[in-house]
Amino acid sequence: MLTKRIIPCLDIKDGKVVKGVNFVGLKEVGDPIELAKKYDLQCADEVVFLDITASYENRNIMKDIIERGASELTIPLAVGGGIRTLDDFRMILASGADKVSVNSAAINNPQLIKEAADEFGVQCVVIAIDAKKRDDQSGWDVYVKGGRENTGLDLIEWVTKCENLGAGEVLLTSMDADGTKAGYDLDMLNAVCNAVDIPVIASGGCGSIQDIIEVFEKTDVDAALVASLFHFNEATVEEVRNECRKHGINVRRAM
Amino acid sequence: MIVIIDYNVGNLKSVTGAFKRIGLEAIVSRDEKVIREAKGIVLPGVGTFPTAMKNLERFHLVSLLKERKEAGIPILGICLGMQILFEKGYEVEETKGLGFIPGYVSYMDIDEKIPHMGWNQLHKTQNHLLLKYVHENEDVYFVHSYMAHVSDENLVAYSDYGSTKVTALVQNGNVMGCQFHPEKSGKVGQNILRAFKEMVEC
Repeated sequence: MLTKRIIPCLDIKDGKVVKGVNFVGLKEVGDPIELAKKYDLQCADEVVFLDITASYENRNIMKDIIERGASELTIPLAVGGGIRTLDDFRMILASGADKVSVNSAAINNPQLIKEAADEFGVQCVVIAIDAKKRDDQSGWDVYVKGGRENTGLDLIEWVTKCENLGAGEVLLTSMDADGTKAGYDLDMLNAVCNAVDIPVIASGGCGSIQDIIEVFEKTDVDAALVASLFHFNEATVEEVRNECRKHGINVRRAM
Repeated sequence: MIVIIDYNVGNLKSVTGAFKRIGLEAIVSRDEKVIREAKGIVLPGVGTFPTAMKNLERFHLVSLLKERKEAGIPILGICLGMQILFEKGYEVEETKGLGFIPGYVSYMDIDEKIPHMGWNQLHKTQNHLLLKYVHENEDVYFVHSYMAHVSDENLVAYSDYGSTKVTALVQNGNVMGCQFHPEKSGKVGQNILRAFKEMVEC
């Protein structure tokens, strides 16, 4: 039986892992490779590197980090942040990443999903979506630019289109839940899981081990993205896994 | 020394890194001389079946691989590299594979999420040296949408996905293949590669 995945997400700025604290400032939490290796040893299911600098000058730093990550990690590595073209996909995959997550560039040019899926395979194309509930509660809108700009696209229409274009997985961040530490956005995740047949990663809102258990028990998501909980040593991947197992959630066995 | 066949299908950094970690020298190459000298051959691969076969042909590797297979050199295919070991594939279009293992590869037309992506348990159907250090039910990492259809004789291990038995590990003499990625399967994967290393070194 396929297990539920627990995925530590590392936001990387200028070569260092950072984490936003209470919506102000960023706190540096360490070296990406050291941190990723720690999670690998704790039997995390995969690791995400999210480049939040994503400036042109930064490309070489990221390339180096991906190369080191790919050769030193024993688990899959996904990379996102600032992906604009097919060449960006190519560079990141050639550096050794297993998956590439794309967000705003796909909104500007949906064909990018199809082109990347055709060239590199659907398994490495992750569509990252940031969404927020509409004021009239009728559904969710898709946002870009770190949540500052409403695209006017309906979440369900967009995610279905992405699946049809060849996305292999959805990384769904709820902007309503993100940063609250009050739990994942179960309604939104359920709506997306019902709309598509590709794996869905839940993101935004995780504040405790209980939140992870809840998202696996109450939605059909395949994976939970976790950041602060792990980075600030509030829990280890092992503790999450053990708790999941106690609740009858099928997770990877540690050796 | 083993050779990781370089035929332009996906990144080879993780595979190379994995062999390095277990102390087995692995050269990434498509050079005839290097391949002939290698004590073991790894056929990696991410992408599509027709592209993989086209590239093998373009680099004149098909007959060379056949020759090494007949010479008894251990050959390990990983993911798409396993799929092309079969006689035929139906991804994009019907394509002839290397034919080292009887069977074919087709889309997983099942009532589950596709790709089959994530960690799943291995169930052994026969004892095989490659699984010497692997216990029943240990997890390995899969990511694929197509699967191999193979006889019991050639099946070594499978995983359950919904009601489907997904072909996970296959063998035909010195030819072996994993649908999952041992290089990304933590300790369990490392133990499989360690067993391959012993086969190569003995």
